[in-house]
Amino acid sequence: MWDFPIFPKQASTVASSVDNLTLFILSYNVLITAGVFVCLIFCAVYFRQRHKDEVGEQTHGGLLLEISWAVIPTIICLVTFWWGVKVYAELVVPPADATDVYVVGRQWMWKTQYPTGHKEINTLHVPLGKPVKLTITSEDVLHSFWIPAFRVKADAVPGRYTTLWFEATVPGEHRLFCTEYCGTEHSRMIGKVVVHDEADYQKWLTEEAEFGDALQGRKLFTKLQCVTCHAGESQAKAPILEELYMKRVPIGFDKGSPTAPGTSVLVDENYLRESIRYPSAKIVAGWQHPSIMPAYDESLVSEDDLFQVIAYIKSLRRGQTPPRIEATTQPRALGAPQGK
Amino acid sequence: MSTTVSELKAKGVPFVNNEPSKVTYLNHENTVASWLLTLDHKRIGVMYLISMTFMFLLGGIFAGIIRAELITPKGDMLSSDFYNKTFTAHGVIMVFFVLIPAVPASLGNFIMPLMLGAKDVAFPRLNLMSWYLYVIGAVFTLLAMLLGGVDTGWTFYTPLSSTYSNGNVMVVAAGLFILGFSSILTGLNFIVTIHRMRAPGLTWFRLPLFVWALYATSIIQLLGTPVIAITLSLLGLERVLGVGIFDPRLGGDPILFQHLFWFYSHPAVYIMILPPLGVASELVTTFSRKPIFGYQMIAGSSLAIAIFSFIVWAHHMFTSGISPYAAMFFSLLTFSVAIPSGIKVFTWLGTMWRGSIVNDSPMWFAYGFIGLFTIGGLTGLFLSTLGTDIHLHDTYFVVAHFHYVMVGGAIVGLMGGLHFWWPKMFGRMYNEPLAKLSAFFVFAGFNLTFFPQFLLGYLGMPRRYHEYPAEMQVMNVFSTAGALVLGLGYIMPMIYLTYAAFWGPKASKNPWGATTLDWTATDSPPTPHNFEGQPVVTEEPYHYKSTENKEHALAH
Repeated sequence: MWDFPIFPKQASTVASSVDNLTLFILSYNVLITAGVFVCLIFCAVYFRQRHKDEVGEQTHGGLLLEISWAVIPTIICLVTFWWGVKVYAELVVPPADATDVYVVGRQWMWKTQYPTGHKEINTLHVPLGKPVKLTITSEDVLHSFWIPAFRVKADAVPGRYTTLWFEATVPGEHRLFCTEYCGTEHSRMIGKVVVHDEADYQKWLTEEAEFGDALQGRKLFTKLQCVTCHAGESQAKAPILEELYMKRVPIGFDKGSPTAPGTSVLVDENYLRESIRYPSAKIVAGWQHPSIMPAYDESLVSEDDLFQVIAYIKSLRRGQTPPRIEATTQPRALGAPQGK
Repeated sequence: MSTTVSELKAKGVPFVNNEPSKVTYLNHENTVASWLLTLDHKRIGVMYLISMTFMFLLGGIFAGIIRAELITPKGDMLSSDFYNKTFTAHGVIMVFFVLIPAVPASLGNFIMPLMLGAKDVAFPRLNLMSWYLYVIGAVFTLLAMLLGGVDTGWTFYTPLSSTYSNGNVMVVAAGLFILGFSSILTGLNFIVTIHRMRAPGLTWFRLPLFVWALYATSIIQLLGTPVIAITLSLLGLERVLGVGIFDPRLGGDPILFQHLFWFYSHPAVYIMILPPLGVASELVTTFSRKPIFGYQMIAGSSLAIAIFSFIVWAHHMFTSGISPYAAMFFSLLTFSVAIPSGIKVFTWLGTMWRGSIVNDSPMWFAYGFIGLFTIGGLTGLFLSTLGTDIHLHDTYFVVAHFHYVMVGGAIVGLMGGLHFWWPKMFGRMYNEPLAKLSAFFVFAGFNLTFFPQFLLGYLGMPRRYHEYPAEMQVMNVFSTAGALVLGLGYIMPMIYLTYAAFWGPKASKNPWGATTLDWTATDSPPTPHNFEGQPVVTEEPYHYKSTENKEHALAH
């Protein structure tokens, strides 16, 4: 009965950074708490009233003490804050070479999608010792994706993408929880992260692979009529999407635009998502406002499909957009079989 | 040995008042209508205390059900739906109907005008209306629970609450909307009273520190509460009329709800904790028989906490996808609340140092309060630090932290205040050994209940979980065992304090030898209009003279 864990295992590269910071805060917490308790008990006993007419020393304070117990905690807090920011930077900035995995939360399950295009429920397979970046959203209410052994967490928010990244250091299975209350079966919205070593991961990938996300996205790009306007031609009716990902684009001057003229926006997953769901939200300079593009809501493109369309747009290199009439260019999808 | 109340009595100190009974606010009228239609701040304070105790019992029963279910990892006692409704009911009742009005509406209403040397609060009718709004709000909320309950959690996060929840969200929201006005009107009433109704000579820096704490609290109630009223109205617009505000399917933003909700609900934490901090200051100086250490620092830190409380709300949202720069900004601002909170603890210790400490039961509660508030405050630093909050957010670590502050702080502070002012409120003494035993049970039971939850949270137990992994059972069993001890610590004073109010030995005017007007210038219990004539204040509070001189001073 007594061999229960009191501290979670460390299974990612950031886990020890988080734990070291925890131990730092804990150490002064213990010192201050012990100091306060010892002082309380000492005063209660040593300075107790000894005759009934006795009063305490009639003093009103001490400037030096008052300044020191304002200044010293301020310094401790600033050190803690700064250390916290450094660890946070480690937690939120993914390495450039991270593998993408997409995660959709819904009442009450986690759906995971891999670059290879296949999907799983409540399970996340990741390689050992390789950075993995999760892009997370929700189909319904708020959820939150937490892997305690990795010390990472991000909310799944309907209508936008959040990200988290980690690099697993311990092979095997780790627990995965939903930590944002999401309704009746909240406590059953749990799962596991399976960490494979490199060889196992490749084996698992090839066994499971069907079609690349980007390849699927390319089909949708045609099916949803995106290609009609976003054609790779000079007379295109909409911005060309090639090599657009992670570029900054200027935002239009149109009076009706809610965004201040002269600003620019980074084309990341969230901007691509917003521009598909609400095309008029942020219009690229030089294009008509409101947008002539229809709003692709959930009835037209599901969250799962949206990830694939975005994966396709991210993969587009110069000259790869198909002309309006289907040609034979192939997107370059990670881990996907080339050609069909 | 320290001198206890019973020993004072044995030594023949005129602690027990043997004068024939006089006209008091309790006995001058005795009909039910004279209570329900009273404009007397003292009776309204007592009515708040009774209604809050009822809500506290209900909320406590829900807490008991939660802890009983969590003895085993499997959800084998309740359905998930019932469990979710239970913790929602526990949260809504405890936060809105107990913690927020706890000290200001009961002790504040009763004691603050006495401390000012005033006959009543500035707007007695508004004060009575506040109590009725509280009762109506409570009726709506309890009605929602009878109709089948609400399963959103007390935070009502959208779009779960606006679109998906199957409960009676709008009934509770209406109840809380109405209740909010009770809080706003109390805040307004207190601010005007403190500005306009101080006795001659009672300058701002002669105010008792409890009044300063209530003043800071009232500012938050007045400025913060309208925001939750607006938020609940917007929630209603979306849920009932389908106006897209929070649900992304309707073009809304779910994170907007969190910003609005916490813009009120974080300051609300300080509505809960500032008044008990004021109570603790009164207890520590009175029972140390020594002037408070750094009066202006304590008064100033109350105001500082009230102001800072409005600019830290997004620390509840570090994992919600807000900009990392916003997260850093709010993390830094959150640390700014730690400093005045720390100052308070250190000044209490400074007050006790070289004091002449009388270890009576109110002081025992003050010790418990200081200890639990210190742990609660310090563990907050793990949550204001970005690097550690990401792991700890929405886990049992957070549950443990805010219970240390809200229960260990607000409720233990309220209990200390009740034991301190009980002889003033009812003119009778309670059983001192039982009171000390209760203080011990509350402190021990509280730590046994909530300390294991810090470990559970770091280990990986998310909050609001009906079922949990088997390896976490042992600490959950500790926690439930602690809840039993804690419950005993709560039920004891309900019994012996009620008994004392009717049948306890009569108390003298100023049994603790305190220096503020509520003790020196009024009877125990006070007459209907508090004072005979207008009291005048000539010096700063907390100048203690030896007990013999004090009795001499009281003689004429």
